Amino acid sequence: MFMIEKAFKGGREYWIWLTCLLSIIVIGFCFYLRQLDAGLAITGLSRDVSWGLYIAQFTFFVGVAASAVMVVLPYYLHDAKEFGRVAILGEFLAISAVVVCMLFIFVDLGQPARILNIILYPSPRSLMFWDMISLSGYLLLNAIMAFVSLRAEYEESRAPQWIKPLALISIPWAVSIHTVTAFLYSGLAGRSFWLTAILAPRFLASAFAAGPALLILLCLALEKFASYDAGKEAIKKLAVIMTYAMAMNVFFVLVETFTVLYSGIPEHLEHFKYLYFGLDGSFNLVAWMWTSMLFAIAAVVLLLTPAWRGRFLPLACVLVFLSLLLDKGLGLIVGGFVPSPLGSVTHYAPTLPECCIVAGIWALGAFLITVFYKIVLVVRKGVAG
Amino acid sequence: MKITRKDFLRLSGLSILAAGAKQAVRAVEQERLTKSRPAARAVRWGMAVDLKKCREKDGCNACVHACNSAHNIPQFADRAHEVKWIWTEPFATVFPFAKGSYSTESDSGVPVPLMCNHCANPPCTRVCPTQATWKRGDGIVMMDWHRCIGCRYCIAACPYGSRSFNWQDPRPAIANINPEFPTRTKGVVEKCNFCEERLARGQKPACVDACPQGIFTFGNLADPDSELRQLLRARFAVQRQPELGTGPSIYYLV
Repeated sequence: MFMIEKAFKGGREYWIWLTCLLSIIVIGFCFYLRQLDAGLAITGLSRDVSWGLYIAQFTFFVGVAASAVMVVLPYYLHDAKEFGRVAILGEFLAISAVVVCMLFIFVDLGQPARILNIILYPSPRSLMFWDMISLSGYLLLNAIMAFVSLRAEYEESRAPQWIKPLALISIPWAVSIHTVTAFLYSGLAGRSFWLTAILAPRFLASAFAAGPALLILLCLALEKFASYDAGKEAIKKLAVIMTYAMAMNVFFVLVETFTVLYSGIPEHLEHFKYLYFGLDGSFNLVAWMWTSMLFAIAAVVLLLTPAWRGRFLPLACVLVFLSLLLDKGLGLIVGGFVPSPLGSVTHYAPTLPECCIVAGIWALGAFLITVFYKIVLVVRKGVAG
Repeated sequence: MKITRKDFLRLSGLSILAAGAKQAVRAVEQERLTKSRPAARAVRWGMAVDLKKCREKDGCNACVHACNSAHNIPQFADRAHEVKWIWTEPFATVFPFAKGSYSTESDSGVPVPLMCNHCANPPCTRVCPTQATWKRGDGIVMMDWHRCIGCRYCIAACPYGSRSFNWQDPRPAIANINPEFPTRTKGVVEKCNFCEERLARGQKPACVDACPQGIFTFGNLADPDSELRQLLRARFAVQRQPELGTGPSIYYLV
């Protein structure tokens, strides 16, 4: 079914790459064992900043997972043939991203052994319950779609008819996973930084920029290292999607910024002050936030200028991805906790163990993508040859 | 065993009847109970804190110490990993409306004892994905330290900063363990429980009994004749951020 045997064929570089990833995973895992033993005190988290890099990264990768819809939608709903070679890559990216998300939640738990309590005591009033349902459902949908259509390709037959309804369900489902994730934050009365209706639209816009950016980079890497052509047209269309999603994201951020700055309500204003200018002597996020903003502007300029958008596409993708990784994968969560409801400014910086655990999860995601894409490539080359 | 269609239908019919009968009996019983119990028996625990009296004894921390030793609360040097059920903050920090206004200048530094507000509509219980925190019939917001998975969603949801997380094993940081109250493990959230263990024995909360000034008036908010309600009628009282719709049960007399 999973054709995992296909992943065992590879050149020297393939094995070196996998070994590197595996060693990062092992390092991360060792630090996780330490965290399990000593408690979350080994992270930079504190009573006031009780969620940090783990939850922020979770949020960012939910977006990456949701963005698979940007290839599934044109391919299945609009029958855009040029996405034929890239749709499955998007689905496998989504699968890896959902696994990464779940791991980020898992490592953030104080009592991970009790995780099944979420299922044993289902609480429909909690958004986290719905997040669990939407994420696992999305994982299942994408896994079925990707493996069944790949199997069909391998057997040189047509994919079964029931794949199409699944693909159609996965479109609103992708939107739902990121909306529910935004609702996790935007429904909290005491956290004015997140208490805004633009949060879910902003999450979706940034997701549909960051996800395609990563997918384009992956396609370019496949072309370079595995001489697999995902299709020039597909990449071009993905770039257009990314451009407008990124422009929309920048617009949403500006809309939010205007509302907060012009109304001048201190409770809302102080979070922005902390992120972009520093508050009460705490400046550690300022440089990151401005980097993110400069990258966003540079990317939009590169992508909207006709002479540059083709030539600098890889650079623009890197800028989009990094900009959103900093904005959503760091500032958005930490910024919500500083200042605290009692107005105190608490310094948060991820510790070495925390960063190693994050790197381990990233490496695991990269490992999964590598293996999945290897299977796709072996199947397709076998069929073609 | 073989069940014919007729048997099956007969059995199903009987089951539905039995279930219906049970509901009816329960409803009748419920009505009898509510009739026999007068309305005044409804309980919602609450507290009034007299800041004027508190101010008279500067530097007193008796309530905090009493709570800490009654509930095995660890003392960590690192502020980041603090666990606290009751503590004090300056007036202007607790009540944002007092910030930067001249009218409350004199009060802005007055220490205000803070604890869980035992909200009527608690945001923390709403977000908990395992029902490890819930509101009791008498208004106390409870925590099950054995069910909590340590996701800290409740900490993000609480607008009052009343919840603490055990970032590490708390036991080594407890000076004298009180054997009558459980200690907690690392990785779970905890907070003020309004001394439900003392209420069950007919005592008042530890902070109330410990205060030399008698600033805390503990009582039943649902009973219009309680001492607490009389006090709230007589004095001007504020709650912390009632505009959030949480309905705090702690009132501050100013």
